[in-house]
Amino acid sequence: MSAHKKLTTDEKIHAMAEEMARQALAGNEPLFQVPSRTLANVNFNEVKRIVELGEGKTAREFFNLGQSKKYMQTLLVAEACKRLVAAGKTNSIRDLYYMTKHTIASTRDNTFESQDESDPIIEDLEVTLDSLREELHLFASNKGALVGDLTVVDGGDVIDCRRMGTGGWSVPSIVEPDVIQFREHEAKFVLLVEKDAMWRRLNEDKFWKTHQCILIHGGGQPPRGVRRLMYRMVNELKLPLYVFVDNDPWGYYIYSVVKQGSISLAYESRRMAIPSAKFIGLSSADVEKFQIPSEVTIRLEDNDIARAKEIMAYPWFVNNKVWQKEIQRMLSSKVKLELEALSAKGITFASDEYLPRKIKDKDFLD
Amino acid sequence: MAKRQREISVADFFAKNRHMLGFDNPRKALLTAVKEAVDNSLDACEEARILPDIRVEIRKIEGSDDHYSMLVADNGPGIVKAQIPRVFGKLLYGSKFHRLRMSRGQQGIGISAAGMYGLITTGKPVQIKSRPFKSKPACFYELRIDTAKNEPVILKEEEVPWDGPGGAQSTGTQVEITMKAVFFRGRQSVDEYLEQTAIANPHARFVFVAPDGTERIFPRAALELPPEPVEIQPHPHGIELGIFLRMLRESPARSMGVFLTSSFSRMNSAAATKICKVAGLALSVVPADLSPEEGETLFQALQKAELPPPRTDCLAPIGVEHLLKGMHKELGAEFYAATTRKPAIYRGNPFQIEVGIAWGGKLESDGIARVIRFANRVPLQYQLSACASTKSVMDVAWKSYGLSQSKGSLPVGPIVIMTHMASVWVPFTNQAKEAIADYDEIRKEFKLALQEAGRKLGSYLKKKQAAQSQAKRRNIFNAYIEEVVRAYVAITKKEGDPVRQALLATSKKKTELAEQLEAMKAKIAPEEMEGTLVIGEDGNPIAPSEVVEGGTHAPSEESLTDASQSEAGGEDSEVEVDAAEVEVDTEGGDDLAALLPKPAKVHKPRGEKTDFPALEEETPPTTLNLFGEDDA
Repeated sequence: MSAHKKLTTDEKIHAMAEEMARQALAGNEPLFQVPSRTLANVNFNEVKRIVELGEGKTAREFFNLGQSKKYMQTLLVAEACKRLVAAGKTNSIRDLYYMTKHTIASTRDNTFESQDESDPIIEDLEVTLDSLREELHLFASNKGALVGDLTVVDGGDVIDCRRMGTGGWSVPSIVEPDVIQFREHEAKFVLLVEKDAMWRRLNEDKFWKTHQCILIHGGGQPPRGVRRLMYRMVNELKLPLYVFVDNDPWGYYIYSVVKQGSISLAYESRRMAIPSAKFIGLSSADVEKFQIPSEVTIRLEDNDIARAKEIMAYPWFVNNKVWQKEIQRMLSSKVKLELEALSAKGITFASDEYLPRKIKDKDFLD
Repeated sequence: MAKRQREISVADFFAKNRHMLGFDNPRKALLTAVKEAVDNSLDACEEARILPDIRVEIRKIEGSDDHYSMLVADNGPGIVKAQIPRVFGKLLYGSKFHRLRMSRGQQGIGISAAGMYGLITTGKPVQIKSRPFKSKPACFYELRIDTAKNEPVILKEEEVPWDGPGGAQSTGTQVEITMKAVFFRGRQSVDEYLEQTAIANPHARFVFVAPDGTERIFPRAALELPPEPVEIQPHPHGIELGIFLRMLRESPARSMGVFLTSSFSRMNSAAATKICKVAGLALSVVPADLSPEEGETLFQALQKAELPPPRTDCLAPIGVEHLLKGMHKELGAEFYAATTRKPAIYRGNPFQIEVGIAWGGKLESDGIARVIRFANRVPLQYQLSACASTKSVMDVAWKSYGLSQSKGSLPVGPIVIMTHMASVWVPFTNQAKEAIADYDEIRKEFKLALQEAGRKLGSYLKKKQAAQSQAKRRNIFNAYIEEVVRAYVAITKKEGDPVRQALLATSKKKTELAEQLEAMKAKIAPEEMEGTLVIGEDGNPIAPSEVVEGGTHAPSEESLTDASQSEAGGEDSEVEVDAAEVEVDTEGGDDLAALLPKPAKVHKPRGEKTDFPALEEETPPTTLNLFGEDDA
């Protein structure tokens, strides 16, 4: 990949197609090497404390029944990206799905049956070409919103995030400095809320105003735009980041991705992972600490238990006593807790009591 | 058995007990009559070494509800005028226990019984036309049987021109019987009988004209006649006490030595001497003078004697090649496999099992397998579930050959399973001779044959599946190649065809390789596909089978262990038979025939079967042994 470093995206795609032809004309079975985006091929960098993509690569072979379609699809996506680059336009990954979808001649099959098929191919192409999504002229649809004590410039327009009403500023998919610049701010921290509902509660309560912070949500697992924006706020504005998620394995994993990076996008960790991020809640200890009524807890399902055990075994958690204790406690209590469960203690319990007490006591998990 | 024989008029007895002979009801009667006539025609043609050409016509008699005329005509040798009345107008039922010869004739009582059934039910006489000499016209007879006397009554006799299936220049015989009958198609019908007979006799050609005038032709698929069956003497271990005593009583031999060596196979003078010594009898004793007690002592000595197993060269199996040809011409399947086992022995009787399998093509794909059973080339259409061959089909685990099957039942799928037992003595479960009795040795041979053929089917199905997945794979690759090339051209703006050609070539190579690999994985060795026939979409064989076992070869005279020996002479410790002495003449088994007076090779008229050895006698037997020698 390093040989590609100085090449443009257009040149890389061209080289990829030529390599296929060279292999084919030599009578060989065409294949290319795709860095594998699996747990087995990610390393936890103990110094940087982020998840990094390993050296492991998987050959994607055209004449292998299990890989043939993906091989063909990768080349199709590359071709579409080359068209975008040549035209100087960017498209959403959904548009790209439609650009590359058609019926394969002499069959009843389509090149892509759904966007679920094309999205991973784009990620494969990113790692294969060592080109980020924006370099391929692609973006994802906006997901996530922000309010708080901050002014940004987005595509040349000045946005005052203190005056964004109930909906907040919609965080774009691509938030690189050439698109988004930070202006003045008085915030003391960034609070990532897992879900839109709790984010609205806090916005309505003007929590960001009373506690001078930036409130952001990613609609579940935060997309790359939200992660990259938080990374920039933490690193450029020097703000601490607190993660406020459900007390369940999926909540833990959101925290894990934000802090260390994700397995499937490990190649993005170096510009997205935030090792300083702290887990503010919900913790399995909160039920007792805040006397949350047991009626609002939810029984763990079998897949919750399996997922929790998987997470416990991740290299970045396995030696962390605090986290082992946290997850173990959830497993022994056999229940999980949603953010909204805090409403059982009062409509504004999260804004008025839970978060202030957590922040005041520095009651974080790290 | 002997004590159950009664003195009555055969014809009278039959008139009252016709169900015993396959004339239970009008449905079955028609089939039985056709069967008797066709079996006779086939036997006569084969004996005269003529490729059979047989016409079967069934017509409804005008002005009646249930009277039909059945006509069977052949191109056989014909019957000399003087014998016609006896062959068709007299019921004969003879014992054949001292003459073992593979023949269809085991199957029924004879054409005259059919004629009598016709006479009883419609009052119409039998009409016979026969031409034994090409230079002369045919003779025509109208006959009826005098049931009280069991004698033919000639109603009409004249010379007529000949126009049988072999043409105006041919010899042949035609019989026409009018009888009460029901005509139908499908299971247990005349159609089914002819179809199955055509399968087991690919050397014969049949034309069938149904009452509605439709004509169905069963073409000839083989030009070689089955080998002439060899007649053998019974093996001492295959005989039963009652029969043995009767043989003693009726023997014309003047001494025990002559009796033993001339009545049985595998018996030489040394063995006879030994056996008489064990039984405490002098060699010079006249067999007919023996008391029943002495006879029994001798019988026991005979059973315990160590003797070479029976000869097996008397068997004439259909053979793999003819099995395949016969099924192919009638069944319209996609795949055929056939197996002929080596001869084996049950209760002293040599037998040979054959199995054919037809799969796919036009065969019905839902429902259970169709099992078609044969004994000495004759279809067995009744008592399916009572037959040892059907039970053996159920014993086989067809799942391992790619078919579905519920435990203990017939497999499911587009498959016809053909079973054949060739033997000088087929053990039937009852006198109607519709199902083969369940002997362990027979069942075992059936199972082994079915497994052998099943394996061939399994390999084929596996191969077919692999080929299909290969074809599918190639289609996928080739479709994707177009996409890849299109993207390549769009990216590089270069000519795509060389890349396309290169990829297509690799695709072809790749799938061929995988095909071979899968074949290797499935361990399909070419030799496993011997004895099979695969039919392409054009209806022609695509893989001409390499038949190693000659189609109609005479079985090898290998030394076989007589499975029945142990049960016949289990505790033989007290009999001090010097094995070496007895076996000294092992090879002399065949030479024995030379010692014996050869039965004069008379020209046997058509219609006569070895079942009717008494034909040459002046006085017809009046004893009807309905229970035969086989009490299975």
